[in-house]
Amino acid sequence: MGARDWLLDDSPASRVQADLGRAYRMGMALLRNPLAVIGALIILVLILTAAFAPWIAPESPFGQDLANRLLPPSQQHWMGTDELGRDIFSRVVYGSRITLLIVALVAVISAPLGLIIGAVSGYFGGWTDRFLMGVTDIFLSMPKLILALAFVAALGPGIENAIIAIAITAWPAYARIARAETLTFRSSEFISAVRLLGASHFRIIFRHVLPLCTSSMIVRVTLDMAGIILTAAGLGFLGLGAQPPLPEWGAMISRGRTFILDQWWVATMPGFAIILVSLGFSLLGDGLRDVLDPKHGGER
Amino acid sequence: MGLATEGLNLRRIGGSIRGLGGFAVVTALTFLGLLAVTFFIGRVVPIDPVLAVVGDRATQAQYDAARVAMGLDRPLVVQFFSYVGEVLRGDLGQSITTNRPVAEDLARVFPATLEMATLGILIGVLLGVPTGVWAASHQGSWIDQVIRVFALMGYSVPAFWLGLVGLAVFYAGLGWVAGPGRLDIFYEGLVPTRTGLMLVDSALVGDWQVFFNALDHLALPATILGFFSLAYIARMTRSFMLDQLGQEYITTARVKGVPEWRVIWGHAFKPIRVPLITVIGLSYAGLLEGSVMIETVFSWPGIGNYLTQALLNADMNAVLGATLVIGSVFILINKISDVLYRVLDPRSR
Repeated sequence: MGARDWLLDDSPASRVQADLGRAYRMGMALLRNPLAVIGALIILVLILTAAFAPWIAPESPFGQDLANRLLPPSQQHWMGTDELGRDIFSRVVYGSRITLLIVALVAVISAPLGLIIGAVSGYFGGWTDRFLMGVTDIFLSMPKLILALAFVAALGPGIENAIIAIAITAWPAYARIARAETLTFRSSEFISAVRLLGASHFRIIFRHVLPLCTSSMIVRVTLDMAGIILTAAGLGFLGLGAQPPLPEWGAMISRGRTFILDQWWVATMPGFAIILVSLGFSLLGDGLRDVLDPKHGGER
Repeated sequence: MGLATEGLNLRRIGGSIRGLGGFAVVTALTFLGLLAVTFFIGRVVPIDPVLAVVGDRATQAQYDAARVAMGLDRPLVVQFFSYVGEVLRGDLGQSITTNRPVAEDLARVFPATLEMATLGILIGVLLGVPTGVWAASHQGSWIDQVIRVFALMGYSVPAFWLGLVGLAVFYAGLGWVAGPGRLDIFYEGLVPTRTGLMLVDSALVGDWQVFFNALDHLALPATILGFFSLAYIARMTRSFMLDQLGQEYITTARVKGVPEWRVIWGHAFKPIRVPLITVIGLSYAGLLEGSVMIETVFSWPGIGNYLTQALLNADMNAVLGATLVIGSVFILINKISDVLYRVLDPRSR
């Protein structure tokens, strides 16, 4: 029996085999969607770029060279140089680290928060549910970007505060999804069985409810990544996110704004990086939804 | 037939009115929630709220006066209710940048944003709906894929970047449109302000030179804003249409030999008009928000520009006032499209 047969076995002998088989089937389904493959490749390139930035970037992102300022794209400087003579390509490469950091931290903060609030709300029902969902709905009905702006205004500019502000505006959507998922199997037999075995609420929620919510959560988080990247770049553009001289893409566009009419490359090049990475997450998220979330089959 | 439909409509509206009472409560609670959030941002999050309001150039006397005026010595709950009272009276505090009441400033800048967002949503609806229908009726073809990627671009392109590139290409490069601002400088102040909407004001006095100059200035920012709603509307339209096109009544119509354009526009399109209203409402609200970035790039004297200026000057009253106004409009549009959905869709009674 080959590895493929073992993975696709209809009656797996162990949990590991079942999990791996499921992952294999999903991977295969994803590979059949060319746009999703492109998205996954873009994100892979982003991660590799961030990891190996010092080896990829030809120059330091901070090294000033005033003799060579505002040079157009050439063989030596692929994306030209900025107003301090720094190599824009090197800065874009290092900027991938900041983008990846923001995206990862926002996901790590807001997804579990939303998951727990939603699962608790759906599992207990009653007044707990009414209160938690009331708060969630209030946050959901407010404009995200404006809310993030106001939070950063109060917290003060900076990359950490930008991450906190974005995370605060991102969790309500996840709470809604987790609650909806929880409601579908709250009264199912396996939950009653675990409860009869004497499991605590805590254990039921964390061991049995949350794992079942994760797949729709992954889809939603991936789809939201593009929006998170755009918000972070927007905060950077307004001077509220990452501060100079950090090579954050939005802040770089903001610096290049003054030169947009004569030295177009200074503002344009980081924009291409933002578009590419956001598009990558959108494409992958779209593909993942088709695979993991058959309920939304209408989108196909 | 006619009578039966009428009876149905009456019952439908009756049911909606009963639902409206609960709706008003929910809307009021949402507004209270918004107030709680802005209060929290303004008074609790900053380390020194007084400094956030008066700015760091204030003297000690000004600082102390502001502290007493803000009532920071009272309990938080009391502070919150007095804040709610102030907002309900239309008092949003004083701006430290313009030295005028924030409410007055906002009333002055809001029409500029409204004008741009309205033109943007018109572009989004007029192009987005047919694009979505087109993609759905060619599902899986290369046209569909191109539209899909195009629509995903709407989620991936930073608005401020598109604005800058648009200015560089269409204003500086090709000279097709006018530059930043609402009017050329020599047209400024020629038309009396009545509604604050430049197109309406100039049309009212029949000054067509100003009208076309204003349109020239609006064209690029409104188109860019429209692109974002176009992307969203086209995606949702496509998804709704595919739901309908997969149904049996469509097959029946096709089997009966109804021409394809009538199947699409006469049969499949009709039931999706109601959900589309919600989508359009949501994206209109989204445009009010999206205009923040666009206005900054185009020096558009609207609420977005006002907000970003206030942010840069750490003018907290102005920031919170603008947040409150944009948030309220956002909530209002959301709720109105919700009510419309309930009134128009018999299934959601």
